[in-house]
Amino acid sequence: MSETILEVQDLCKHFRLSARQQKLTHSPDRVKKAVDHLSFTAQRGEMFGLLGPNGAGKTTTLRMLATLLEPDSGDAIVAGASIRTQPEQVRSRIGFLTSELKLEECFTPNFLFDFFADLHQVPDQIRARRKEELFTRFDIHKFAEVKVANLSTGMKQKLSLVISIVHDPEIVIFDEPTNGLDVITARVVTNFLKDLRAQGKTVILSTHIFSLVESLCDRVGILIDGAMVRCGTLEDVCQGRTLEDTFFALYEERGNTL
Amino acid sequence: MKSGLWTIFRKELARFFGDKRMVVGTILLPGLLIFVMYTFMGSALTNQFTVDEDFIPKVGVVDLPDSLNQLAEGGALPLELVPVTDAEQGKAQVTGEELDVLAVFPDGFDQAVAAYTPASGERAPAVALYYCSARTESQTAYSMVAQLLDGYESTLANKFDVNSDQDGGEMYDLSNEDEAGASFLSSLLPMLLLIFLFSGSMAVAPESIAGEKERGTIATMLITPVKRSHLALGKILALSLIALLSGLSSTLGTLLSIPNLIPDTGEVSISLSYTPAHYAALAVVVLVTVLLIVACVSLLSAFAKTVKEAQTYVTPLMMVVMVVGMTAMFGDGASTQVWVYLIPFYNSVQCISGIFTGQLQPHLLALAAASNLCYTALGVWVLTRMFHSERVMFQR
Repeated sequence: MSETILEVQDLCKHFRLSARQQKLTHSPDRVKKAVDHLSFTAQRGEMFGLLGPNGAGKTTTLRMLATLLEPDSGDAIVAGASIRTQPEQVRSRIGFLTSELKLEECFTPNFLFDFFADLHQVPDQIRARRKEELFTRFDIHKFAEVKVANLSTGMKQKLSLVISIVHDPEIVIFDEPTNGLDVITARVVTNFLKDLRAQGKTVILSTHIFSLVESLCDRVGILIDGAMVRCGTLEDVCQGRTLEDTFFALYEERGNTL
Repeated sequence: MKSGLWTIFRKELARFFGDKRMVVGTILLPGLLIFVMYTFMGSALTNQFTVDEDFIPKVGVVDLPDSLNQLAEGGALPLELVPVTDAEQGKAQVTGEELDVLAVFPDGFDQAVAAYTPASGERAPAVALYYCSARTESQTAYSMVAQLLDGYESTLANKFDVNSDQDGGEMYDLSNEDEAGASFLSSLLPMLLLIFLFSGSMAVAPESIAGEKERGTIATMLITPVKRSHLALGKILALSLIALLSGLSSTLGTLLSIPNLIPDTGEVSISLSYTPAHYAALAVVVLVTVLLIVACVSLLSAFAKTVKEAQTYVTPLMMVVMVVGMTAMFGDGASTQVWVYLIPFYNSVQCISGIFTGQLQPHLLALAAASNLCYTALGVWVLTRMFHSERVMFQR
């Protein structure tokens, strides 16, 4: 029997636009609706994909789940903790990775692992085992004492992955995890996502790449203009069509033009 | 497992001390540069405004009176007198550096002086001294001749003396060396200490707060369970320690260079014969002041999107703090009014001033320390709120 580990309940988020932003976006409105009454659930051990174009509200949704942004209304229960009232518990139960989150370039992977393990209150004996396991899995040992500034983009991405799951979280949230990566590092990331699912972790993944969702996700939610327009298994959502065709049909149904 | 506060504190120190350029630029260089600069300035000033010890001024004299001529022939005057027939010619010789000073006496000077009585209401016989103030030798010669003539005038009508037994060892200035030195330190050090502590804070706080925002690394910490208050306090404590070390370096550089900056003329004597209680009080004031400065700089840095923007915000505050520090130069020791010790930064100036003059009362020190700690706590609270604010932390 499946267990709901993430429950998003009627989540809303608006951003106030400055005069300059209004001008840039040709918007007469002072307020932009980023996430509009969003609800969905994710089950333990499931990989859930949030699919949508740029500006659909994927990143805002994930940032709210990671408690970096506070919702205007609604709530989400993440592994039993509310993002509104128990943000610290939520943060201790999730791993969050986005290309916008950076690591201090003056530190080494060894230092950063220990630093984030301390912030996550990982006990010393567990930390040592976990470091060995993850550093071996991602081949980090050979550059463990090299400053981040001197690492390649691929090495940095591997390290970011490791840092995001240093505390062995129940839910892992990835925002556009393969953005800007070369094909080899992108494959390392997708293999890692599969590993996480195999370990029984719940993975929430935002992307605009159809093939990634089709190859990895158990269920998908299509987000357009901040609203969830379709959510379910790939079969339920696509109903015999390709994911790409389904997405564009829904996109045009919402009054958008290509 | 370690607390979030300690983890953040250690990380900030590791970031700073792991960067050799930061350590050299923030801690070693300020003290070294101040020492070299002040020593150089002192040496340059000394060379500019003093003449050789065996300097004998060449004094042109028009109508030299017999009385002074006798003194000169007796070797009583440390001058070389050069008779000049025409005043205009003498002035040209002064500007042409052939003479250091020109003294023009009125015709019949001795007789006019003997006949003059102050009660008559008439103008006293006048001696004109011409010199070039731009030339150190001429300026020195002028001072010597003016002093000699003043002395000569006193001997003509010596009715009473003031403090005449100085040669006999009588001490008329009842302040001791410590007090004279303390007065000097209490007017100068408050401003210097505030500037040094502020400079140290400015070198590290914008980089640590606005820099982390700019690089996106603070968001990586914000998605961990670390308490925002621990993040704020851990940063402020670590940055305060670094600012203290920077301030200490600059203060040492200054104290070591003061003897070179101010040559021992006997007018100002720097004595540091303070008790451990004085130093403990100074340590308390410096500690609470640096915490407050770092809290203020951190708050302004948290508002900024980039390090550059943060430095722009912080500069006006530094000017305000400098002006507050300068008030010690114009005051007369530490204030005894209680409310003064509630004003941030100004209370530190008053405390430092009071410590060096020995006027500071313990309850005023306690009040200043407590109020500064309260302001710092308020700053930590606001910074914590800012770390919670998505508008502040993620606005682009």
